[in-house]
Amino acid sequence: MDIPIVGMTVLWVFLYGYLIVASIDFGAGFFAFYAQLTKRDDIVNNLISRYLSPVWEVTNVFFVFFFVGIVGFFPQTAYYYGTALLVPGSIALVLIAIRGSFYAFGNYGAKDSLFYTFLYGATGLLIPASLSTALSISEGGFLEERNGTVVFLANKLFTSLYSWSVVFLAIVSVLFISASFLTYYADRASDSKALSLLRKFALFWATPTILASFLVFLSLQQHNPRHFNQALDLWWMFGSSLLFFMISVWLIYKRKNLGTAFIMVMLQFFFAFFGYGASHLPYILDPFVTIYSGYTNETMGITLVIVFIAGLLLLIPSLILLLRLFLFDAEYVKGKK
Amino acid sequence: MAELDSVILSRMLTTLTLAFHIIFATIGVGVPVLISIAEWMGIRKNDPHYILLARRWTRGFVVTVAVGVVTGTCIGLQLSLLWPSFMEIAGQVIALPLFMETFAFFFEAIFLGIYLYTWDRFKKPIYHWLISIPIIIGSSMSAVFITTVNAFMNTPQGFTLNGRTITGIDPIAAMFNPATPSKVFHVLMSSYMTSAFVLAAITAFMILKGRRTDYHRKALQVSMVSALVFSLGTALAGDLSAKFLAEHQPEKLAAGEWHFETEAGADLILYGTLNEKGEIINEIRVPKMLSFLSFSDFNAEVTGLYEIEEDLRPPLWIHYMFDVMVTIGMFGLGLSMLFVLFGKIKRLNGFQSLLLWPIVAAGPLSMIAIEAGWIFAEVGRQPWILRGYMKVAEGATTSDHVGLMFVLFFGLYTLLGTLCIIVLKRMFKENPAEAELEYRFK
Repeated sequence: MDIPIVGMTVLWVFLYGYLIVASIDFGAGFFAFYAQLTKRDDIVNNLISRYLSPVWEVTNVFFVFFFVGIVGFFPQTAYYYGTALLVPGSIALVLIAIRGSFYAFGNYGAKDSLFYTFLYGATGLLIPASLSTALSISEGGFLEERNGTVVFLANKLFTSLYSWSVVFLAIVSVLFISASFLTYYADRASDSKALSLLRKFALFWATPTILASFLVFLSLQQHNPRHFNQALDLWWMFGSSLLFFMISVWLIYKRKNLGTAFIMVMLQFFFAFFGYGASHLPYILDPFVTIYSGYTNETMGITLVIVFIAGLLLLIPSLILLLRLFLFDAEYVKGKK
Repeated sequence: MAELDSVILSRMLTTLTLAFHIIFATIGVGVPVLISIAEWMGIRKNDPHYILLARRWTRGFVVTVAVGVVTGTCIGLQLSLLWPSFMEIAGQVIALPLFMETFAFFFEAIFLGIYLYTWDRFKKPIYHWLISIPIIIGSSMSAVFITTVNAFMNTPQGFTLNGRTITGIDPIAAMFNPATPSKVFHVLMSSYMTSAFVLAAITAFMILKGRRTDYHRKALQVSMVSALVFSLGTALAGDLSAKFLAEHQPEKLAAGEWHFETEAGADLILYGTLNEKGEIINEIRVPKMLSFLSFSDFNAEVTGLYEIEEDLRPPLWIHYMFDVMVTIGMFGLGLSMLFVLFGKIKRLNGFQSLLLWPIVAAGPLSMIAIEAGWIFAEVGRQPWILRGYMKVAEGATTSDHVGLMFVLFFGLYTLLGTLCIIVLKRMFKENPAEAELEYRFK
C-alpha cells in the first residue's frame, strides 16, 4: 500500500478525533460561561464538569498527537508551516495554555469564579478560530517564498472570504457538536432540566452550522477551483454528511434516541471532514508540499506506522476503560459516584 | 551586547519555555512515584494517614500537571515554529521517539483521569493503587523518549546527511545513541529525587509551623527515605554521565571542568573563578580526580579544551552550572543520609529544626540543580544544535516576529506561575490535613 496515504489517513483520523473531543470541550466551556452569566449554571455546570474533569487532558493529547505526527510523517511541513505560522501558532498556544491551566485551577483548585469561566468560555471559541487558520493556509495563496524564506501574507488571510467562512464554520460547528453531545449526556444523567436547555442550544446551532458549510463550499470555488472540482467528484460524501445531519436534528427535535443522534452528528462530520481531506490530496500545503514531496524517509514512515498500530493496541483498551467509567457508567453520570 | 536577531531570540524563547516547563515536568515525572509509594504503604499497613497523604499529594499534583501539559504543548509546537529547518532535517530521524512520547503521554493522561475520580469506586483498594502504575509508566516513559531525542542532538547517529538530504535512516540506532543510557538514567533519578525533596520540604515547613502530628511525621519519613534512595541513584547516574562525556563529548566536559590542556592524571577543579588573563583562581584542586572520574583510572589521559577548534568550543561559564548542580546533589545526599541516621539512633530525632530547615531549603535547591544541570547540558553543546552536523544558527526561523512572541510567552508563564502558587496555597490552607482526616476517616 501507499505509505504516505496511510500516514496521512492516520493523521486525519486523529485530527477528526480531536475535532470531536475538542469541540465538546470548547463548546462546553462556552455553554458553562453562558449559563453562569444567565444564572442557569446550577442546571448544567455540574453535568459539564462531571464529564470534562477526567477527560480534558486526553483531549489535549489528540492535538499533540496530530502535530507531532505530521512533522514525523511529513517533515517538510515543519519548514513551511513552522516558518509561516509563528504568530498565529503562538497565539493559539497561549490560548490553549490559558484554557488548560485555568480549567485545572478552577476545577481542582479555586472555587467557581466568573472570570475563570469567562476565560474558559472565550478561549473555547477563539482556539478553533485560530487553529482553523492553519486549514485555510493549506489551500494556498497565503504563503510566498521570498529570498529563501517563507512569508505569511497575513493581510490576505484577513481579507479572504474563504478564511472567514472557515472560521465561522469552526465556531458554529463546535457549538453544535458540543450541544448535541451534552444533550445526550444530560439524557444519560436523567437530568431533564439540563436536557431541555442543551437541546435548545443544539437546535439553535444546527442552522448556522449547515449554512456555514455551504458558505465554505461556495468560497472554496473562488479560492481554489482545483480543490472545489475534486470535492464535486466526491459529492456522495458530502451528500451523506447532509443526510446524517438531517437525521440527527430530527432525532434531537423529537427528543428520542439521543445517543444515536450524537452518532449521526459524528458521522455528519466524519463524511464532511474526510471528503474535505480526500479532495485536498495530494497537497498538504498547496502548492508547496504534497504527501509525496514532503514524505519522510521510507524506513521512518514504516516504523511510524508499526509504532502507531502498537500504540493503538495500548490506547484503545485504555480509552474504553475511561469511557466505561465516566461516560457509560450511569451512576457516575448521574453524580452518584 | 550581541544583536537580538531571530537566532538569539529563538534561543531565548526556547530557553524560557524549557526552563519553565522543566519545573513542572520534573514534578510530573517524580511525584506519581511518591504518590504510589504512599498509597501502597497505606494499603499494606492499613494506615489512613498514608492514604490521605497520597490523596492530598495527588490533588496538588493535578494542578502542576495542568501547567506541565500546557507548557509541554508549547515546547512541542515551538520546536517547529522556532526551528523549522532543524525539524525538517532532524524530524526525519527523531520522529519515532517524539511519536512514542505522545503515546506515553496519552497513556498517562487516560489513567490519571481514572485515578483522580475512582478513589472510592472499587471494592478493593488495591485496584485503585494498580491504576497508579500506568501513570508512572506513562510519565517516566515520556521522559525516557523525550530524553532520547535530546541525547540524539548531543550524539547524533543512525543517518547520513548530504546537504539537506538525509539517507540511510536507522531509527533504532538514532534512539539508542551513546548519550541515551546515561542521560535517561540521570533524568529519571534526578526527577524522582527532586520531587521527593520538594514534598519533604513542604512537610518540613508545616512541621516547623507547629504541625507536629503523626500524619506530618509519616509524610516526612516517607519522602526523606525516598529522597535518600533517589539521591544515591542520581549520584551514580552523574558519575556515569561524566564517563560518557569524557569519551563522547570531551569538549563539554573540558569546558565544564576548565580543563584546557590534554594531560594524563588531570586534576578536578571545584569552584573557582577566571581572572582577566583566563587563569583559574580561588579554586579547590583535587589532584588526578578528573582522570579518575572520567575513566576510573587516576592516570588516564583527559582531552583538554585546546584540542577543540576555537569556534566550536562551548562557553566557559558552564563550569558554574556544573558546580551548582553537583554541590546541591551532594548536599541532598548528605542531608537525607543524616536524616535517616538520626532516625535510627534515636527515634524521631530527625524531626528537629536543626534538620528541618535544611530540608525546607532542599526542595527549591533541588529544582535549581535541575535547571543548572540542564543549562550545563544544553549550553555545553554550543554552537551545535545537532552536534557535528548543524549549528544553532542554521536551524532557527527567519521570521521577524520572534521578539514579540518572547514577550507574549513571558507574560503567559508569569501568569501561570503566579496563579499556580496562589491556587496551591489556597487549596491546602483552606483544608488542613487534620480537618480532612477527621472528616474522612473518623
